[in-house]
Amino acid sequence: MGSIFKKYSLEDLGFNVEEALGLYRVIDEDGNVVGEEPKVSGEKLLEMYVFMVRARILDDWILKLQRIGKVAIHAPNKGQEAVAVGAASALDKGDWLFPSYRELGAYLVRGLSEEEILDRAIADADDPLKGAEFAIYGNREYNVVPAPVPVGSHIPLAVGAAMAAKIMGHKTVVMAIFGDGATSRGDFHSGLNFAGVFKAPAVFVIQNNQYAISLHVTRQTAAKTLALKGAAYGVPGVRVDGNDVLAVFSVASKAVEKARNGGGPTLIEALTYRVGPHTTADDPGRYRSQEEAKAFEKLDPIDRYRKYLINRGLLSDSEDKRIWGEWGLKIEDIVKKCYNKPPLPAEVIFYNVYSKPTWNLIEQMGELRESLKLLEELGLEVE
Amino acid sequence: MPVVNMVQALNSALREEMRRDPRIIVLGEDVGRRGGVFLVTEGLIEEFGPERVIDTPLTEAGIVGVATGMAMYGLKPVAEIQFIDFIYEAFDQIVTNLSKIRRRTGGMYSAPLIVRGPCCGGVKGGMFHSQSNESYFIHTAGLIVVMPSRPYDAKGLLKASIRGEDPVIFLEPKILYRTVKEEIPDGDYIVPIGESRIVKEGSDATIVTWGAMVYQALETSKLVESKHGWSIEIIDLRTLFPYDKDSIIESLEKTGRLVIVHEAPKTLGLGAEIAAYIAENYIELLKAPIIRVAGFDTPFPLVHEKLYMPNIARIYMGLSKVMSY
Repeated sequence: MGSIFKKYSLEDLGFNVEEALGLYRVIDEDGNVVGEEPKVSGEKLLEMYVFMVRARILDDWILKLQRIGKVAIHAPNKGQEAVAVGAASALDKGDWLFPSYRELGAYLVRGLSEEEILDRAIADADDPLKGAEFAIYGNREYNVVPAPVPVGSHIPLAVGAAMAAKIMGHKTVVMAIFGDGATSRGDFHSGLNFAGVFKAPAVFVIQNNQYAISLHVTRQTAAKTLALKGAAYGVPGVRVDGNDVLAVFSVASKAVEKARNGGGPTLIEALTYRVGPHTTADDPGRYRSQEEAKAFEKLDPIDRYRKYLINRGLLSDSEDKRIWGEWGLKIEDIVKKCYNKPPLPAEVIFYNVYSKPTWNLIEQMGELRESLKLLEELGLEVE
Repeated sequence: MPVVNMVQALNSALREEMRRDPRIIVLGEDVGRRGGVFLVTEGLIEEFGPERVIDTPLTEAGIVGVATGMAMYGLKPVAEIQFIDFIYEAFDQIVTNLSKIRRRTGGMYSAPLIVRGPCCGGVKGGMFHSQSNESYFIHTAGLIVVMPSRPYDAKGLLKASIRGEDPVIFLEPKILYRTVKEEIPDGDYIVPIGESRIVKEGSDATIVTWGAMVYQALETSKLVESKHGWSIEIIDLRTLFPYDKDSIIESLEKTGRLVIVHEAPKTLGLGAEIAAYIAENYIELLKAPIIRVAGFDTPFPLVHEKLYMPNIARIYMGLSKVMSY
């Protein structure tokens, strides 16, 4: 593995082809320190670990709920927790996040609770997004904007929000997270081009899990790395080991700080691996070998970080067991609670189309009610 | 005669056409080794190789734009849009280039290609995996728009589309991919573009519909026949543009009552156009107002989709209106 893990300083995140071609790392697979550790408290370091654990447990539950038909569809997060948690942990409370659909850890870091995430996944009566769509999460209270499912179309939105913050004189930084596939879309080009020209206080995090469904990243682009793409827009690109939460956190923190101080946008490529299927509707056996996925499971970001924390004396085996056990029980209780919540009423179909329902929607709401009555009279069920 | 589902019918149409004509190629996201997310292109890369079955980067604008250039140069591309809801990135290419190439170049160039993909609801796909967006394409001059409702038509219409001279937006209701099976002839046949099919003959009212709604209409017709003795004629348009107006007029000469059923939102759905055309030209045939039963004018919902889409109760309500007028 040797030569690509170049050590370099994060002093000035400037143009540096080495940074776009190399791979920034703080800890190796065995949890040994190989780079510069972020200067934050042990408490913060442990907090990131707990977020990763919570994301893993929650991911597992949503997957189970999908298998029994309680959740429509799920995009598994397993193995990618370090990107979501590391990147989101670099943001301040007032900053904005435009995530994609595989960042449970980031939603938790921003303050969304397991309960509202599960309400959302199940689309039960308490679903904050009122049954709008599957696999997307967010809450205005925490400045997390629910993603569009067609990938990458949120990139210009993030740039627009960042430009607005700048125009309005706010110190807000806006982060967008998206996958390797999204970098092929026109929206990536438009967004990065605007961000470069207008020095938008934006941070772009490519969660490069190496697969867009079946397509390997080497067929997605002929560029040597995705981070290199920033150069064409005048946006510095940095490549980071996405299974190393400290590396992601360090680089993201630097990029956020730079953006906040008027230094403009940064493109971060976090190299990770999608251990599971694209979604619960996918079957990776059709396009990649099991050995490949197994090899990457060994690079598990949670295991690696645990080793580091134990080495540093910030965590013990018994404390680790307690964290998993406690959160396991807590989340199981929340699952049970959400499982039994009532469904959303049929009228939600008409919610939030316009600021106030237009006449056609009011007419059609009447048609819906009449049809529900008729179904009852006929003794028929369509759902 | 083999019994096949719609995925198999489409796959055999592609395979047979690709064997017949080396200019035909397939391109799109995950169409190669993955065989497409619904497996419509399964096995094609093994038979025809990666030069003719191309796994593309993730960009619909790229897929349709590149396919248009390929078609102008002389290939016959069949481009897959993974879900038709993702087509909007390519909308500029479709409206600006694909649909207007022939006109723009004085007929010197054309781009006969197929843009095909799964459409419509019923699989809990939410707002980005369920849309019925045919109106955008019908409204764009220069495009043929097709939507089969059964395996026989899927194969015959795809072959006819591939052999045609104009660009075709080929919409496949994903709910029907594996739920409808039937015997189809072994080997070559086509279903001509622009011809509808009488699904069921009747004398009291005509339902004009397409896609998965054909089955909702059938179910409702049985209900009202047993309940009220109403005899319903059902027309499956199959080609949405140019739609088979003659079959509608012939049916109305018999029934005088028209109900149009579609999954797409009501406002400016194809039903609006058909209703306006009949009202403009054949109002004397009508014994009752034309009724549309359609998807509501909202984004497609993740929850309660079977209440959003026309169902047996709502089609019954529509038929009651024309029968009791």
